[in-house]
Amino acid sequence: MKKKIWVFAEQVKCGLDPVVFELLTKAGELAAELGGETEVGAVLLGDGVEPFCGQLAEQGAEVVYLADDPALGLYNPMLYAPLIVELAKKEQPEIFLFGATAIGSQLGPTVAAGLATGVAAHCVDMRINSDKLLVADVPSFGGKILGEILCPDNRPQMASVKPGIFVQGPARPQPLNVVKMDLSLLPRNELPLKALSLEKKEVEGVPLEKADIVFCGGYGLGSKENWDKLVKLAAIFGGAAACTRPAVDEGWSGGEHLMVGTSGKSIRPKVYVGFGISGATHHICGMKDSGLIISVNKDENAPVFEVSDVAVTMDLNKVLDGMLARFN
Amino acid sequence: MALNIVVCIKPVPDPAYYDKVSIDPVTKRITREGIPTIINPVDKNAIEAALQLKTTYGGKVTVVTMAPPNATENLREALAMGADEGILLSDRAFGGADTLATSYTLAKGIEKLDAFDIVFCGAESADGATAQVSSQLGEWLGVPHLWNVFAMEAPEEKRLRVKTKIENGAMEWEIKTPCLLAVAREINKPRFISAMGIIKAKNKPISTWGKNDLLVEDSHLGLDGSPTKAGGVFTPDLKRKGEVLKGDPEQIVEELLQRLRAGGISIDLDGSCEWGGGK
Ligand SMILES: Cc1cc2nc3c(=O)[nH]c(=O)nc-3n(C[C@H](O)[C@H](O)[C@H](O)COP(=O)(O)OP(=O)(O)OC[C@H]3O[C@@H](n4cnc5c(N)ncnc54)[C@H](O)[C@@H]3O)c2cc1C
Ligand SMILES: Nc1ncnc2c1ncn2[C@@H]1O[C@H](COP(=O)(O)O)[C@@H](O)[C@H]1O
Repeated sequence: MKKKIWVFAEQVKCGLDPVVFELLTKAGELAAELGGETEVGAVLLGDGVEPFCGQLAEQGAEVVYLADDPALGLYNPMLYAPLIVELAKKEQPEIFLFGATAIGSQLGPTVAAGLATGVAAHCVDMRINSDKLLVADVPSFGGKILGEILCPDNRPQMASVKPGIFVQGPARPQPLNVVKMDLSLLPRNELPLKALSLEKKEVEGVPLEKADIVFCGGYGLGSKENWDKLVKLAAIFGGAAACTRPAVDEGWSGGEHLMVGTSGKSIRPKVYVGFGISGATHHICGMKDSGLIISVNKDENAPVFEVSDVAVTMDLNKVLDGMLARFN
Repeated sequence: MALNIVVCIKPVPDPAYYDKVSIDPVTKRITREGIPTIINPVDKNAIEAALQLKTTYGGKVTVVTMAPPNATENLREALAMGADEGILLSDRAFGGADTLATSYTLAKGIEKLDAFDIVFCGAESADGATAQVSSQLGEWLGVPHLWNVFAMEAPEEKRLRVKTKIENGAMEWEIKTPCLLAVAREINKPRFISAMGIIKAKNKPISTWGKNDLLVEDSHLGLDGSPTKAGGVFTPDLKRKGEVLKGDPEQIVEELLQRLRAGGISIDLDGSCEWGGGK
């Protein structure tokens, strides 16, 4: 039988989540490492989502398992999980990957419990070893330590990956091959859990994940005023402003969706410029893959300098004002 | 009527010290000596959520942890916040558990208690941070569950309205008890412990249950019950060259602009470009 590597094709109405394409790219690499006859599949649930099948095939999905039903319009674990569990029991995938998004972070472990298998959470890398097993590198202690996680005896071997960890590769178009899931399994009785609504705020300016340059502010910013300067600077360079957790907690920054780190976003801009950031492992974990890392901190012993290409030991006010003045 | 509420808390090494965690080059074990053990930060928000519901509807708050014996200290702290009873699940056989085995053991401990209305968890633990235990616990308990809850209203005892965080937004839900909610930091501000709370906590019951006190199948426990196995551990090498820029602020700014260009950012240094709104 063909081995199967699956990707959960998460989408929220407007389209497929970019993490799906990142995972399909990785799934293609893993399929090559596994060798033999290995097939990449995508699992797509929702209402009116059939048009997305083509995009999934374009990015390398040889099969798309589809459940398209009005009841699936809003994500509900009590509807989604049973369908996916049954499908996996029938098709026996070898590997099953989820985005560690808000939805994937709940659905992945829920499906795993239904299949009595293991999930490597928030992997930063994965590969196939000489025993043809999936080895996933999982961060702990805020990313200070990485540990290899294997799932030798149970199937599928599951893993979740945060958006932005893997890079979407070029398209690998496949013939469209859609397999419909058995919708008779969908519970039609009233459930004790009802999804009522979903709200998404539009992102202003360049989304953090897409920005070539990110100006990131930490607790050292000291004020909302300085955060606003950072936003201005980001606009000048066509980049994005981001922050650490204390800058969220102080209420200076735009909110948690701009936070970088283990509990926030993983970003890899061409250039990252940090202001007033000490370099806690929880934050570094989310920006370490940036092309060029520049840090401004008044403390010459700040740990962040060790993970920076360029170190500026100076009061950030001087640098911020100097940069802004340069363009005025 | 009153609510029976369970809160799952995990003792974790204090995250403020994670920069000091390292791997012993000889034994290959993670060294975390000297790092104090605290209640996983967001689990305090879970306790707070439980205590607030108890204030509204009356009832009982039981805190449960699966941990080594010295975790009674952490349970005692939860009791000092206002919880009523502590349960420590502790047994050698529970050791080495992954999220599936941990959630199984927690479920069996919770099933031994009086029937619950709501189980609260934190959204994720600071050390392992898998964010998986709560969802899997909900599955073992066979109740509806939600993750990343940042707002909650209980218009009726048996029916809650909650909001969960999603990327740049939120989902709103209605959920009936019995249920499980894993809370995010934004849901509330955990209360401080009062001197009175500490005194009262001294007389509150803490029970320790091992595997023989629970109706468990051995094959689901600890290392044997864990589908995931740990391979090697390592510390990522993130060192970069850390070239120090020197000079007065103007020189530094010019120097930085050159670096940005070298880094692949195109900028118009004459300042004739347009930018931002309102300019
Ligand atoms: C479970 C958990 C998850 C977490 N997840 C995240 C996460 O995802 N992202 C995140 O960022 N954090 C996260 N944290 C928090 C993290 O541990 C650190 O507390 C945080 O990253 C520190 O932010 P900071 O560097 O801005 O602040 P600080 O550590 O307070 O550093 C401020 C720095 O600013 C410098 N400074 C002060 N004034 C000036 C000035 N005028 N000019 C120049 N420099 C100045 C100081 O020298 C200092 O180095 C998490 C914590 C926990 C427990
Ligand atoms: N050993 C444990 N004992 C009690 N609760 C736990 C334990 N491990 C995890 N939890 C709960 O599950 C949540 C998520 O943990 P984790 O899946 O490890 O990120 C925590 O915030 C706790 O509420």
